[in-house]
Formats: sequence, structure tokens, C-alpha cells
Amino acid sequence: MSATVYVGQERVGRGRFGPRERVIAMWAKDDAVTLIPGDGIGNEITDSVKEIFEHVNAPIEWEQYNVSGMSSEGEDLFKQAMESLRRNRVGLKGILFTPISQSGHISWNVAMRQQLDIYASVVLCKSLPGFPTRHNNVDFAIIRENTEGEYSGLEHQSFPGVVESLKVSTRAKAERICRFAFDFALKNNRKKVTCVHKANIMKLGDGLFLNTFRRVAEDYKSTGIEFNDMIVDNTSMQLVARPTQFDVMVMPNLYGAIVSNIGAALVGGPGIVPGCNVGREYALFEPGCRHVAKDIMGTNRANPSAMILSATMMLRHLGLDHLANSVASATFDVINAGKVRTADMGGSATTSEFTAAVIKNLN
Amino acid sequence: MQTINRFLYGPTAEEKVRAWQGKLRSEQRTIEREMRQLDTATKKAQGTVKQLAKKGDVKSARIMAREVVRSHKQMDRLSVSKARLGSIGNQLQQQLAMAKVTGSLQKSTEIMKLSNSLIKLPQISQTMREMSMEMTKAGIMEEMLDDTLQFEDDEELDVEADAEVDKVLYDLTEGKLGQAGTVKEDLPVPIEWEEVSVAPILKNGKTVIPDAAISSVKKNTVALKGPLATPIGKGHVSLNLTLRRTFNLFANVRPCLSIQGFKTPYDDVNTVLIRENTEGEYSGIEHEVVDGVVQSIKLITWDASERVARYAFHYAQSQGRKRVTAVHKANIMKMSDGMFLSACRQVAKEFPEITYDEDLLDRVCLQVVQNPKPYADRVMVMPNLYGDILSDMCAGLIGGLGLTPSGNIGRDASIFEAVHGSAPDIAGKGLANPTALLLSSIMMLRHMNLNEHASKIESAALSTIAEGKAITGDLGGKASTKEYTSAIIDKLRRA
Repeated sequence: MSATVYVGQERVGRGRFGPRERVIAMWAKDDAVTLIPGDGIGNEITDSVKEIFEHVNAPIEWEQYNVSGMSSEGEDLFKQAMESLRRNRVGLKGILFTPISQSGHISWNVAMRQQLDIYASVVLCKSLPGFPTRHNNVDFAIIRENTEGEYSGLEHQSFPGVVESLKVSTRAKAERICRFAFDFALKNNRKKVTCVHKANIMKLGDGLFLNTFRRVAEDYKSTGIEFNDMIVDNTSMQLVARPTQFDVMVMPNLYGAIVSNIGAALVGGPGIVPGCNVGREYALFEPGCRHVAKDIMGTNRANPSAMILSATMMLRHLGLDHLANSVASATFDVINAGKVRTADMGGSATTSEFTAAVIKNLN
Repeated sequence: MQTINRFLYGPTAEEKVRAWQGKLRSEQRTIEREMRQLDTATKKAQGTVKQLAKKGDVKSARIMAREVVRSHKQMDRLSVSKARLGSIGNQLQQQLAMAKVTGSLQKSTEIMKLSNSLIKLPQISQTMREMSMEMTKAGIMEEMLDDTLQFEDDEELDVEADAEVDKVLYDLTEGKLGQAGTVKEDLPVPIEWEEVSVAPILKNGKTVIPDAAISSVKKNTVALKGPLATPIGKGHVSLNLTLRRTFNLFANVRPCLSIQGFKTPYDDVNTVLIRENTEGEYSGIEHEVVDGVVQSIKLITWDASERVARYAFHYAQSQGRKRVTAVHKANIMKMSDGMFLSACRQVAKEFPEITYDEDLLDRVCLQVVQNPKPYADRVMVMPNLYGDILSDMCAGLIGGLGLTPSGNIGRDASIFEAVHGSAPDIAGKGLANPTALLLSSIMMLRHMNLNEHASKIESAALSTIAEGKAITGDLGGKASTKEYTSAIIDKLRRA
């Protein structure tokens, strides 16, 4: 491993024993990975990954499912994709569109996370060398509970004009995400874990999360990892004012959505922030900032970096560290050199030009 | 026999009551007449306001509008009095029934209270006074302890009037006046402070806000409030929450404007955020279903969503912002946030000159932090929790809560405040930065349509900070609170 730790080099496997060995089912090919490009710019950025992986001869066979959330008709395909994920246990995906209207289908992104119980979302926000933003030296990881909370999907109208939406918080899920956060900190040489909550208002729900966090922290006392907690509104204020104070952050579901977007904005946008969702059985890699980006869809202008970096995290998860490192450093080199940049980073290069530059750098 | 009795003891109880009831009825008729006259007069005055407004004679329109407000008040008072007379009549009837059983009239505190309040009304004061004396003799009432007659309502009127007048003016002229209708007056600002302490007191073992504070805010309908810390510990309801509930403060307005002279990574912030303040994630409805499983309920109602949406559009209109953006997460919370959105959509139809759009919470977080500039043209409106987080985030962009004002708009009153903590570590040292409170008071002036005063004070304060000569410690200067204040006042004098 090279001396500098780049964003995306973090280990995210469960437990302290490094990336989990894949238990390969009889019927699955041993190098198969499920690929769901998703809606919006998904196709363009996954093409970029496929191209790069082909170039480095990554021992991976894609099982691609072009699921689209634009209409509810894709449900059959979605189910097939889920089957494939269950078989392969590892997947790479873009973001699926979710309709806002009440008649539309529920979020398939959320359904995947809940059904596969990939409970931990990891998003890495780190200032990239050679790409200055308003803030310097930002480097933190967001660990977000992925399967409950406000995303429970339980809502009802108890009387016309009165709607109740349930946020479910459980001790078991709070505990495993907090443990995940401390394990993550330990494995990646992080110094501090911050719990983000709103326990001053949601005394029971977030109170449960905070108390569990504190209890888990006691267990990790011997490791020397510091811990503290912060109310979510203060956190978002601190993030935009003094982001360098954060290291590893752990939080319930909805706050994760807010914090990861603020975090992405600090380092340069959703185009460069990788992420993944990990559970005990499955791991699904997707850009850390979950935007469909319909507005630039099909224009070949999207920044594939977030997807490429997420894919390198996947390679690392599969034990292909060597490949992961070379693809990641090639990508960072291209960004650092500053000659080929996509529009979101102030350049004029297309997605395919960026991909070509990364491939050239790999040689 | 009866004649002798009458001669010795005066009229019987029944006769006395009959006579009083007759008097009451005639007084009721007097009031009715009065009300009819007042009604015609008010209608005439309203007509005049409209005419004056059309001609553009703002000053006279205001004076007449004040008259209209006064009439409305008087009308209210008269109808209450009429009802009170009726209820004395009923009480007397009951007394009569009792008298038939017990043989004498009973003391009634109800009648006493009612008559006492009616004596204050000039039109029927004389009759009521006479009647009270007779009733006292008959043993229905005790002698009045408090004989001072205060016409406090009239004093009250002056304090309340300004805000009211604007409302009336606004309604009568269909929104043409009332915004522009501020009287041109030089500083000092036409505001009379009534200082009350909101420091919590102990009452029946609970910490509460003193009644004096509550009644003062209720009376004046506009208030400016410093920071308030809730004692930490079990059983204390947040005092801010108490205020919010007491006055139905349904909308929280949080503007954030980059302040020149205080450098942050962002120098082009100009956001306005309006947050629903009464329900949502902060409903406080939570329970532990079984050990280790908690349900917290996010409550969204159509009524609350609609009124905050309406205020947002109203605010956009009055502050010259052309767009209202509803921030939501309806892709996930389809019903609750979905209803918030449909309430916004419906209100949007009433404001065709203002563009309405919707944006996902995720996108707004991302884009405001990346580049806040495009948000300068709009007002963002959202449910409680999102508003809480986003408003503090925007405050972070311009340098923290010490520089941001906040207004709580309610049905019964509006309270403007600084949202930062009470900073016990520097309290009493004269080092605090009053900017947040000052900006909040400027917001209050704008709320009361004293726009000109607001702008003058605002530019004086902002330029004092921009010059950087007399700024407080937290902004990187050395000045005390007093020095900072006098620097601003100096600027105002020279302006």
C-alpha cells in the first residue's frame, strides 16, 4: 500500500479481521458482481468504470441489470437484480429515481438497503489534492444507519388532514452501527468518533441512539479512540464553519442524508464522493452522495470519479487491493494534474475524456 | 297586609328582580342602538380610507384607519357588554327561583363580577351603578371593594394600534397600502418598550414563565426577547417551547445575510428560511413499544402546513422575493411531506406573481453549501426539523448564530429573538455581541412596517461592522458592547 492514504482506501469490512471472505454459493460464478447502473447519469459513469476495469483486466464479471425507477414497470427487473445481488453478495450501483407522488412506488434504493440489511452507509469526504475548494484539509467519514429511522416507510392519515409518519429507532440497530463506527475508526487509524443526534427534542428515539453510542464507546475505551456527541443542527453549522474538527461521524438515517450532502459540498460536490453500504452478508457500492442528476443525464458531462472510487472500494472489499490502489491513484493523479476535468470541477472535459485520461494514466 | 308589608319592607324580592330585569332590557336596547350607529360610522370610515388610499393620501388614510380600528374595538366591547347584561338577567331569574324556596335573595359573585365590569362602560355606567347599589342593599352583592374606574382599554389601544392599523389598511386597500403606508417620522423609532422578565419562576413545583410577561406580550402582540436558557434536568419543558405554545408561534423566520467585514469562506449568502414551528418531528409524541424499540411520530397537519406556506408567500411578497421553494423529502416520506407539498401548492395558486417550486432536502443542502448565491432570490419553506437544521447551517455560512436574527410569527403575537445561547461565561462583563438581537429588532421593525427605520439602523450596524473599528471580541475586535452600540448610534446621528 502506498504511503499516502487516499480517499476510498478505507477498509469497510465488518469486524476486525479485514474484508470479509466471500462465501461463494454453488450456483454463483466466483467473479460475478451485480451491476445496476441506475437512472440519470448512472449509465455514463458505470460505463466509465467498466471501461477502466476492462483495461486493468479486473477479474470481475458484471451481471448487469438496467433497472429504472422512472416508472413502476421495472419492478420485475428490480426483483431479478435483487436475486442477483443475493447470489453474488457484492454489487455496484448508481442511484435509482424515486417518484415524489404518493401513487408512485416506494424508493427502491431504500428497499434494497432494507431487504439486504446493508445497515451501514459509509461516505468519505476528503479534500482532494490539486482541487482547492472553500475549505481545506477536510477529511471525515460519515457512518449512517441505513435501514430504519425516518425511512421506515410507515405512514398513515389518522384523520383527513392529519398525517403521522413513524420514525422507528431500535437499540439493536443503534448498537451495531455504533460498533461499526468504532471498528471503522480503529481499522483506518481514525482518532475520534462523533455521534450526531437530536436527543434534546426526540428524547426517546434519539436518546436511545445516544445512550447506546455512549455505552458502546465505553467498550472501546481501551483503544484510545476519543468520542463525543453533537446535536445535528449544531453539527451542520460547525461543518460549514470548521469542518476539520470532524473525523468519524455516526448518526441515524435522515441526518446522514443531510450531513453527507453538506460534506460532499465541502470537498467539491457529489461527483467525487465515494460510498458504500455494508451489512453482514452483502456489500453494495454506490456514490456517497445519492443524486440521480437527471439534469445532465445523457450529455456525457457527468463526473465519474465518485463511481470509480466507489468501485475501487469494492475491489478492496474483494481483496484486490493491488488493482484498487492503481485505479484510485490513477484517478487522483488525473484530478491533481488538473488538465482533464469535468464541468462540476470547473473543467470542460466529457465523461469519456476523463475516463480516457484515467486509462492513459494507468499505463 | 300586603300594602303594610310593602310600606315596611319596600318591594318584594320578586318585584325588585322584575324591575332590574326591565332596566337591563332597556340598557341592552341602548347598546344595540349604539352598535347600529357605530356600524354605519365604521362603514363610512372604511369608505373614506379606500378613497384616500386611491388618491395616495397615505397619512390621512392612516388616521382614518386608526379610527376604524378604534371602532372595531368599541364594537367588540359593546357586544360583550350586551352579552353580559343578558347573563345578569339570567342570573337574576335563577335568584328568583331560589328566593321562592329560601324566601330571600342569595349573594351571587357571578352577578357581582358582571356588574363590576359593566360599570366601566360609559354608556350604561350610571344605570349600572344605581342598580349595583340596590342589589348590594338586597344582599345579592357585596359592597364594591375596588371603586377605581380604569379605562385601561383605551391606553391599550394606542400601543396595539400601529400593528392593527396596518392590518386594516392592508385589508381595506386590498394590499395596496399597509406596506407602503408607514408614517414618515424621524428617529427615534416610535416604539415604547415595556420591559418584562421572562426568567422562569417556580409555580406549583414547575418552572414557568411569569404571567406578567405573558400578558404583556399578549397585549402588545409584538415582543423582542433575549436568549433564554432552559434549566437542565428532568421535567422541565423547554421555556422556548412554552412561549411557542402560548402564543401559537407557528412560523420561524430565519434570514441569513453575509456581513461585510466578517470574513467567512462564503461572501454571497442571502437566504431566507421559514420553518414550520409547531409540529413535525418535534411533536414530542414518542413511546417505547417494547424494550429497545422506540417510535417517534412526525406529525404533519394540513392546517399547520397551509398557514406556514401562506406566511411564506406573504413574506416573499412583502420583502420583494420572487420565488418560494418548498424543501421536502417526499420521495421517502410520501404522505407526510407529500401533504406539506400539496398545501404549499394550493397556497401558491393564490400568489400567481410569485414563482413556486419544490426541491429535495438533499439537493438544497448540497447546493446551498456549494454555492449559496442562487438562493438569494427566494424564500425557502419547510417542515420543522429540516428548517431547524438548514437554518443553523445557513447561519454557519455567515459566521454563526451571533450574526443571525430570528422571528417567530404567531397567531396571537410575534416574538423576535436572538437564537444564540445565553453565554453565562461572559454575562455581565459588557463584552457580548448584540448584533443578533439588533438584527432581530430590525426584523421586528419591518414586521411592524417601520421599514425606513429598519433600513437606517441596519445600514448603520452593518457599516460599523464593516469598518471593523468598534467590533466586539467574537468578531475579532476589542470593543465592549457599549462602545459598539455607541458607534452605531454615532452613525445614525450622522446619517
